[in-house]
Amino acid sequence: MSERREPAREHVTGVFGKRVQRREDARLITGRGRFLDDLGGNALAAAFVRSPHAHARIRDIDVAAALDVDGLVAIYTWEDLPGVLAEPLPLLIPHPALTHGRTAYPLAREVVRHVGEPVVMVVARDRYVAEDACSLIEVDYEILKPVVGVEEAAQAAHLVHEDVPGNVAAHMVQEVPAPDGRSAREAIEAAPHTLAFRLDIERSACTPLEGKGVYARWDADDESLRVYSSTQTSTSVRMAIAAKLGLPLPKVEVIAPDVGGGFGVKIVHPWPEEILVPWAARLLDREIKWTEDRREHFISSAHERAQVQYVRVGFDDDGRVLGLDVNILHDNGAYTPYGIIVPIVTSTQLLGPYKIGAYRVEFSSIYTNTVQVTPYRGAGRPQGVFCMERTMDRIAAHLGRDRTDVRAANFIQPDEFPYDQGMTFQDGRPLIYDSGDYPESLRMLKELIGWDSFPAMRDQAAAEGRRIGIGVGCYVEGTGVGPYEGGHVQVTSDGRVHVSTGLTSQGQGHETVFAQIVATELGVPFEKVSVVTGDTRRFGYAVGTFASRAAVVSGNAIALACRKVREKALRIAADALEADPRDLEITDGVVHVVGAPSASIPLSTIAVLSNPLRYAFDDETRRATQFASAPSPDRPPVSEGEEPGLEGRDYYSPIRSTFASGMHAAIVETDPLTAEIKILRYAVVHDCGKLINPMIVEGQIHGGVAQGVGGALYEKMVYDQHGQLLNASFMDFLMPYATEVPRIETTHLETPSPLNPLGVKGAGEAGVIPVSAVIAAAIEDAEGIPIDRMPISPSDLHALRLAR
Amino acid sequence: MKPPPFDYHGPASLGETLRVLAEVGPHGKVLAGGQSLIPLLNMRLAAPAHLVDINRVAELDTIAAEPGGVRVGALARHAAVERSAAARAVQPLLGQALRLVAHPVIRNRGTVVGSLVHADPSAELPAVLALLGGSVRLARLGGEREVAAAEFFTGPLESAVAPGELAVSAFFPALPERSGTAFCEVARRHGDYAVAGVAAAVTLDEDFRIAAARVACVSVGPVPVVADVTEVCGPRPAASVGWDVDWDAVARAVQDRIDPEEDIHATATYRRHLTGVLVTRALKSAAHEAGHGEQGEL
Repeated sequence: MSERREPAREHVTGVFGKRVQRREDARLITGRGRFLDDLGGNALAAAFVRSPHAHARIRDIDVAAALDVDGLVAIYTWEDLPGVLAEPLPLLIPHPALTHGRTAYPLAREVVRHVGEPVVMVVARDRYVAEDACSLIEVDYEILKPVVGVEEAAQAAHLVHEDVPGNVAAHMVQEVPAPDGRSAREAIEAAPHTLAFRLDIERSACTPLEGKGVYARWDADDESLRVYSSTQTSTSVRMAIAAKLGLPLPKVEVIAPDVGGGFGVKIVHPWPEEILVPWAARLLDREIKWTEDRREHFISSAHERAQVQYVRVGFDDDGRVLGLDVNILHDNGAYTPYGIIVPIVTSTQLLGPYKIGAYRVEFSSIYTNTVQVTPYRGAGRPQGVFCMERTMDRIAAHLGRDRTDVRAANFIQPDEFPYDQGMTFQDGRPLIYDSGDYPESLRMLKELIGWDSFPAMRDQAAAEGRRIGIGVGCYVEGTGVGPYEGGHVQVTSDGRVHVSTGLTSQGQGHETVFAQIVATELGVPFEKVSVVTGDTRRFGYAVGTFASRAAVVSGNAIALACRKVREKALRIAADALEADPRDLEITDGVVHVVGAPSASIPLSTIAVLSNPLRYAFDDETRRATQFASAPSPDRPPVSEGEEPGLEGRDYYSPIRSTFASGMHAAIVETDPLTAEIKILRYAVVHDCGKLINPMIVEGQIHGGVAQGVGGALYEKMVYDQHGQLLNASFMDFLMPYATEVPRIETTHLETPSPLNPLGVKGAGEAGVIPVSAVIAAAIEDAEGIPIDRMPISPSDLHALRLAR
Repeated sequence: MKPPPFDYHGPASLGETLRVLAEVGPHGKVLAGGQSLIPLLNMRLAAPAHLVDINRVAELDTIAAEPGGVRVGALARHAAVERSAAARAVQPLLGQALRLVAHPVIRNRGTVVGSLVHADPSAELPAVLALLGGSVRLARLGGEREVAAAEFFTGPLESAVAPGELAVSAFFPALPERSGTAFCEVARRHGDYAVAGVAAAVTLDEDFRIAAARVACVSVGPVPVVADVTEVCGPRPAASVGWDVDWDAVARAVQDRIDPEEDIHATATYRRHLTGVLVTRALKSAAHEAGHGEQGEL
């Protein structure tokens, strides 16, 4: 099935799978992290004049008043940009259905299309001075009609891009007929029961605590550029900078330092600042840094989620879905740099753990004069799951059946894997689920939350004058998309193991989990392993950290690299110990003959032997010099086909995604008077295949659920009719605090992936995906009012009660 | 998010502070805890030419609890007043309100008087001062005046402090015997400004009948809205038989006085509804405290 399938290793009994403490934490929680703004203390600062209007034509830019500011270094507008730098930013993921993809210019050319679009770049002594200069630059705008709201935009009374008719960036239909050949619409017409309804999901955003940031150093003597960026993909930022600045790739280094969260927004690249700052650093031959502030992040990075969905479903008496027809209006904001990945993910992952008789999904990706929409943790799945799970609940309500029974009636069964959903996934590959056990997952969840005893709990609460409700939601998440990642593993003569992979870290714990993989695969102490990520000086080939892919793709690449190192170590050891490599084992960094512990050689010595030397500089290296031992005079010091050093490099390129899954349930209480909504219990059953570190997986779940609670009860981007974002601060954009996030009860189910050597699936996004669906279901259960729109505030709930 | 240029003044005494304020007049802004001012500066929503930092003026860092009330100096932090057993004993509403003011780290830095001068109609302390009929002492070079709460809050984020003046202290009067207080609010998140909130004070007579009942409401008008509901509440029979208060009528009486607006967090209708619910809750709780629980079921 897989191109690289190998049997699970017998010796995988080390720290793989253990609750190892995160080795990043000591550094990060004691203030010793090195985030972007911790670097470049002497660099000049960049700041930007950004559009205050949602849609306007730039008549004139007058910088005269700013020129007198003491400490000003340079002011740039679009007209200053040379060559390809003056072209629109790349459209990262083209797609045939994206017929009218549009991207912004690094600095606005003629027209601005959302509040926050960069218009002028200022470089100055420090950020204070740069902002002073910005405030003195006069931009004369001719205000154009703003297009706000996806339904208004779809009516196309006004256009966001003059040359995009109907404001439609993309239109796509996917159809999966029923086994009997009937289309979804035919199946719905013929079904015993049908329902039709509309669902709304509001805008939210990643809002990492650290915004974006870029720090560039030009070395005029070496004609090389070093760039630090708070990014989720340093290798790709590097290629973009080299291309935009016309530099040879080897002359550009990009490093992602400690990154304070990404959640998707930092996979988009190059951000205008990521090419403008290096460009100006080279031009001025000065170090320059730009650190995004919170308001900038709100109005000029990216948002997600907003969709309107029209659903029609046909089903039988048991609640089995015979046909499902979903039409999605997807608000993609002003530009489409990341293509149509989000609505593609919504339309494909909407199916979840279910066998749908026939399915038709249509989406229109629509331009509005708002911040662009790119993936945010979950990346379209929360909307898809909201749609499917609300549908399941409506079917149950219509039939008067238990909501979990209706879901169970639709589940793909454990013996049906691999299960082909008959669609094309976000990686252009078939949507084939590799493994899972949905009935078991639901059984575990019902037990964890006490589903069957809830009616008694509800009755007791009602007797006390309290309203409580329970909800459930299921999802399947395609994780670990390609094309590939690589890993490099090197054992040095001090016995340390140096590991690098090209993708980046934003707090996930990669230094810990990758070290766990290496310690186990190689048979070395965990403490001896150090891991570097996201540094193009160490590893140049990578894709990036997104789509819950690091553990799957880099994790397996690193494991494969370890296996190469292990083979080589055993080969050299076999030579030295005059043993058969098949009789050798590595434990605690020492190779020994099975059953003869005294016949052994440490990996540190093998590292010395692997690298024949002419020059000695310490005791270890002396042993590898040409007169220190007597190798066979008939062979060259480095045998044919060998390379010096005890190291290995390998890549893992998945044939397609591996499908993690999970089910959540919540019990909520709604205050009969104030309409306040409180989550009393939150339960998660999570299946990401083999667990590398259950504690880290649980941390990912907790963070994801917290963001999900935000999306369900608190977070929305509120645009007024003029396209002004009314809540562009953490005072009014309500990210939940620890006080708003419930204790999360988690149980793991492990259905290993047959697709990759480690049997792992991604875990990074899972927690957030079904939360809105689950909370909506629980509120609906408590209140007896259909919940079709998220998030929901106490004020919203009060309005629903009044309208009842 | 960096402030525009300003001249910084760091006076070490009250006299020096008042001299600087007289000099800079309308171009000056006083910096105490900075919990509202610094964000306004950083977002360039405020651009005073002169910033007068009073954090070195130790004589303003006072909390004086006397039988008649609590006088809080301009540098007393929320946290210090919240922790002051003497202040809480004289006027328990201070502690009840302060625990609802933002978060501990903000209370460690923010000042009670600063919050009053900022005059945010969503904030708790202006409502407390208004409910209790307290006052703010304003000093200027060569004089001072005491302004009653009713005249102090003049509009949203507007107070009676004139250019050149410094609010040196605020006075929170004590309540008569057999009084109780409460502060009930609903915020979107723990520590946020209230969507609606009600401070209540109830005084009972010797027979445990309601002799006085007042509420102050936040987030439902340009300034804290104070309503005397004594008439609607009672007087009623003594505690032994419980109060037969028509709470719906009390809530309606207050709802008629407020003028809530819609914003991104709540509709005006919800704010009005919520205020009614909280009026009832706060008054019941205050009455309960006033009677030390002796009045039985409410």
